[in-house]
Amino acid sequence: MALEDKKRIESLDPRISRAHLSGGNHEDMTGLLHFQTYEVFHQNKRGAQHKHVGIVHAPNSDMALLYAKEQYARREQTANIWVAPSSCISATEYADDDIFTTTPEKLYRNPATYKVMDRIQAFKERGMTPSDEV
Amino acid sequence: MYGNAYIDPNEKFSSEEETPELLAAFQARIDAGDKIEPQDWMPAMYRKQLIRMIEQHAHSEIIGSLPEGTWITRAPGFRRKLALMAKVQDEVGHAQLLYSAAETLGKSREDMMNDLITGKSKYSNIFNYPALTWADSAVIAWLVDAGAIVNQLANSKGSYGPYCRALERICYEESFHLKYGHDNVVHLATGTKKQREMVQAAMTRWWTPLMHFFGPSDKASVHSDTLMRWKVKMASNDAMRQQFMDMYIPKIWDLGLTLPDPLLKKNTETGLWDYTEPDWEEFKRVINGDGPCNAERLAVRRMAEENGRWVARAINNEEAEHVRPFA
Repeated sequence: MALEDKKRIESLDPRISRAHLSGGNHEDMTGLLHFQTYEVFHQNKRGAQHKHVGIVHAPNSDMALLYAKEQYARREQTANIWVAPSSCISATEYADDDIFTTTPEKLYRNPATYKVMDRIQAFKERGMTPSDEV
Repeated sequence: MYGNAYIDPNEKFSSEEETPELLAAFQARIDAGDKIEPQDWMPAMYRKQLIRMIEQHAHSEIIGSLPEGTWITRAPGFRRKLALMAKVQDEVGHAQLLYSAAETLGKSREDMMNDLITGKSKYSNIFNYPALTWADSAVIAWLVDAGAIVNQLANSKGSYGPYCRALERICYEESFHLKYGHDNVVHLATGTKKQREMVQAAMTRWWTPLMHFFGPSDKASVHSDTLMRWKVKMASNDAMRQQFMDMYIPKIWDLGLTLPDPLLKKNTETGLWDYTEPDWEEFKRVINGDGPCNAERLAVRRMAEENGRWVARAINNEEAEHVRPFA
């Protein structure tokens, strides 16, 4: 950046002009504070499930709740918010997602796969007598 | 597009572990419409380019709130002050969402903030121009946000899960910004002679930066092809510019406002807009630091960081006692 940028900044905004800032400072910021992240869970009304909506950076859980309110409760109706440090979340590995692949195959867990009407119908049609078949 | 994420064509991205098998499996996952999550294997260039894009997008939200933020106190009427305050708060919130998304790729938020303040990272060039009048703030809220939405809607269909999720929330919130900006422009354009002159002057001033907004033509870039295949980049700069022109030039003309380009017209044969190429030398000059507001934007950001230190120190110190106000 050109040397003349070092001069005092005259802004359209009088508040910035009054701050007597100078441009052209490219030095590193030292001592930037590292906050941990919290996962945010949002409940839109009493009785509903909390849903994960995102992350905030905060030094502690009180501040995380405050930031979560500002960040994730600006639009939607909100009843309640949870925050939990991201480091406290345990998760399965995507690489191991084959552990879930057989779930849809377990038809005996599906109520629609239990069909008795055909059998009852046949029973009635033969006069409700026992069958020879097991 | 935000900062026009430029990649040096000589930059080496591949590393030994990027075997053809891994790359093919990665591509297959993307082709199948799967989202990539932070824990997944990804090529170094994918990671690097996403960090660059998302970080620059985040910086653009933070810096973009500055030209509009200065108009809050001078916005005409209480309702507009409230709406503008809400919009500026949204923009800063969007930056937070985006920093969180970029952070999942391995660069800390604090490092990104430092790279912004030292000028190492770019942000959208358009925010290096001043908002001279209230009408400028109206044109920014309408058309800069419109351009951003074109880009963000496209990118929200991309392949990186955390970025897509952040963009979905951002697009949902931005829809009011667009309506608010349009409302302000319409109010001025249908108002007194003086109001019309003011909004016309602002429209003329912002046309070149708006044409720059989507970046130079990137059709011929090899990197661009790879990034499109990986669904990092979802449309070429030219395609997004055309989409923006298609959606908004008719609305601008509808208000009887003019745009400072005599060649501007929809070509009935190609179905595309004909226009004069904006001055790309100016674009390069401004993005490299020599624009009307670059120094001010970074100096204000640095001041905010320095002046906010005591707050950060206070909230980090749980032992500090509460002090009751005197009255």
